Amino acid sequence: MRKTLQYSLVASLVLGLQASPPEAWAADDAQFIPMATYRVGAYASSGIPWWAGEIDYFRYINEVEGGVNGVKLVWQECETEWNVDRIVECYERLKTGQDGAPTAFFFTHSTPGSYALMEKGAADRIPLIDGGGGRTESTDGSVFPYAFPILMNYYSQASVGINYIAGREGGLDKLKGKKIVTVYHDSAYGRETQAPMKLLAEKYGFENIQIPVADPGNEQSAQWRQVRQIKPDWVFLRTWGVSTPVAIKTAARFGISVERIVGDVWAGSEADVIPAGSAAKGYQALAPFPGGTAFEIHQRLKQYIIDQGKSDLKDTRYFGEVYYNIGLINAAIAVEALRTGQKKFGNRPLNGEEGRWAFEHLDIDAARLKAIGFEGLLAPLKLSCSDHEGGGAARVQQWDGQQWVLVTDWIRADHQLLRPLIEAKSAAYAKEKGITPRNCAAER
Amino acid sequence: MTFFLETLIGGLLAGTLYSLVAIGFVLIYKASGVFNFAQGAMLLFAALTFVSLQEQGVPFVLALLLTSVVMAIGALIIERAVLRPLVNRSQITLFMATLGLSFIIEGLAQGLMGAQVRALDLGIDDVPLFFGEIMVSQFDLVAAATAALLVIVLALLFNHTRIGVSLRAVADDTRAALSIGINLNRIWQIVWAVAGVVGLVAGLLWGARQGVQFSLSLVVLKALPVLIIGGFTSIGGAIVGGLIVGAAENLAEAYIGPLIGGGITPWFAYFLALIFLYIRPAGLFGERTIERV
Repeated sequence: MRKTLQYSLVASLVLGLQASPPEAWAADDAQFIPMATYRVGAYASSGIPWWAGEIDYFRYINEVEGGVNGVKLVWQECETEWNVDRIVECYERLKTGQDGAPTAFFFTHSTPGSYALMEKGAADRIPLIDGGGGRTESTDGSVFPYAFPILMNYYSQASVGINYIAGREGGLDKLKGKKIVTVYHDSAYGRETQAPMKLLAEKYGFENIQIPVADPGNEQSAQWRQVRQIKPDWVFLRTWGVSTPVAIKTAARFGISVERIVGDVWAGSEADVIPAGSAAKGYQALAPFPGGTAFEIHQRLKQYIIDQGKSDLKDTRYFGEVYYNIGLINAAIAVEALRTGQKKFGNRPLNGEEGRWAFEHLDIDAARLKAIGFEGLLAPLKLSCSDHEGGGAARVQQWDGQQWVLVTDWIRADHQLLRPLIEAKSAAYAKEKGITPRNCAAER
Repeated sequence: MTFFLETLIGGLLAGTLYSLVAIGFVLIYKASGVFNFAQGAMLLFAALTFVSLQEQGVPFVLALLLTSVVMAIGALIIERAVLRPLVNRSQITLFMATLGLSFIIEGLAQGLMGAQVRALDLGIDDVPLFFGEIMVSQFDLVAAATAALLVIVLALLFNHTRIGVSLRAVADDTRAALSIGINLNRIWQIVWAVAGVVGLVAGLLWGARQGVQFSLSLVVLKALPVLIIGGFTSIGGAIVGGLIVGAAENLAEAYIGPLIGGGITPWFAYFLALIFLYIRPAGLFGERTIERV
């Protein structure tokens, strides 16, 4: 009996391995994309729609457009559970590509992961891409040639948050004397906006109060009692995971109007508001990755992927959720970077160095956004040697109790104000590591 | 003074939610000497089952009953597949088994019922109530009342039923209990089933507060300092420990936090537990054991 069981187990494993190959076997004429995913564990509720969005878009490119200029995309997932050690292991395993298909970039999908891989990426010449996250000073590509906190770094998130609040108050000059409390996740991610908030407070004359919430943040009475005592004009909520719905509910309990709370990029998904129930109605959040399906790309995906039963989503109710759209946007940025690189290097798979060139010359303007179906879903993006962020804009969306509703157009960060802060930090890093910055002007 | 009182009362009430989680640990530890690392996973499984049933249109009370039945069946399976084969093994072996069990239950819960975050509405408004100038959460008051009710039910179960007497006999002296014919396997099944139902109650209250999601299994981290302070073998200790932890961490966050940068609640509870370990290693109400070495 026991032997039969053992044989059955071995047979099942063998059959299982044969029955579940990667999306497609890599070949040397394909472009390989490593994927550090988290479909199980504490962050699975974010990860599952995220990678469904990415994979659906890659499938659309392969099956409808025939690949990127004929180059098929192949990918391999590594389950990381959002653990840094596993992200690093995934990077090490897949950085050279697979079966002859090269790796042109590595999406870390994790700010701690970006920090951990910073030096490895530079040494291996593999661009590390982290949309809406990453190490802020790596915006300065002259010091960080292989790190890309693309789309919107943390300083820009703070600046856009303040610009939105100023808009609601009637102008930046109206911020003087206002009290703005930042309730933040007590981690590198949460603390990242302290420096720009200090700078913005000095410039605009508002009172900047920072209140940390330790991970995981499932009990926040003490923090919100402090907030109530302060009587803030606005609260900027920079939490993550379970700490966001708990914050929204606790704020309501302490009588703080949800309409005076602005969440940042990572506190603005369905998973953040649904558990908070009616307390979240009216909550606003920055949205460089807006939710919804009212965009051209969703119509195309619905026709060719969702309705054909080819989606990676097990439950298509989640089509168009914020995290699904984050996946879509990341995938579109990757594809557009490959197209950019192919213009210089030819229609073939790119390696890491070529991938870096591609990202540094990525220019997705309004016309291109319209052509690829991302108008309104993604802000125009233009990177360079010295600017690895390339965007720095977000819309604001508001939860109406059922869905996110976009309430603004794109709001841009104050790059002129933030840039010296970024350059000072990158210069300090260069000094510490003995890096001679590239001459970006000469590389133009 | 109002701020101090409000923080203190809020902390005490929040502490009852920690106690609810700790009680599940105490039950199993009393009966089998096992520190059940899977209690958090059981809590997650119970809450996910309840929410999944409700999503299928099952009424509240029926969902509650069905989830209790599921947890009881789970207890039978755990006893038969995990505990019985390991009987007479060391405590660390059993602890490691529950560690593995927690991963299996978490995986099973997400595999069967999905990983999406779900809202849980118990019909208790989380609104402020004012007593003079002091604000108290209505939800916390209900949670505290639930904890009190649960303790009364468990006290009745342990003190006034045949099963309860058997449970206490096993807890006092397992060999003596066996020698008079008490069925240890049956006792374990009952205790794990009761711990599952306690997990359900805790899971519902925590789930209503933060949503039903994977991180529910992490609330056990709040129970550990409660157990160290209150003692691993006393339900009353779990209640008192929870109150102490809740009040202390809230007061510390309000008064010490601003001086050292804030965000101190998670480690302050463990700091407090460490002090208790120095002064009273068995906890306030734990049984002191004397062993020949």
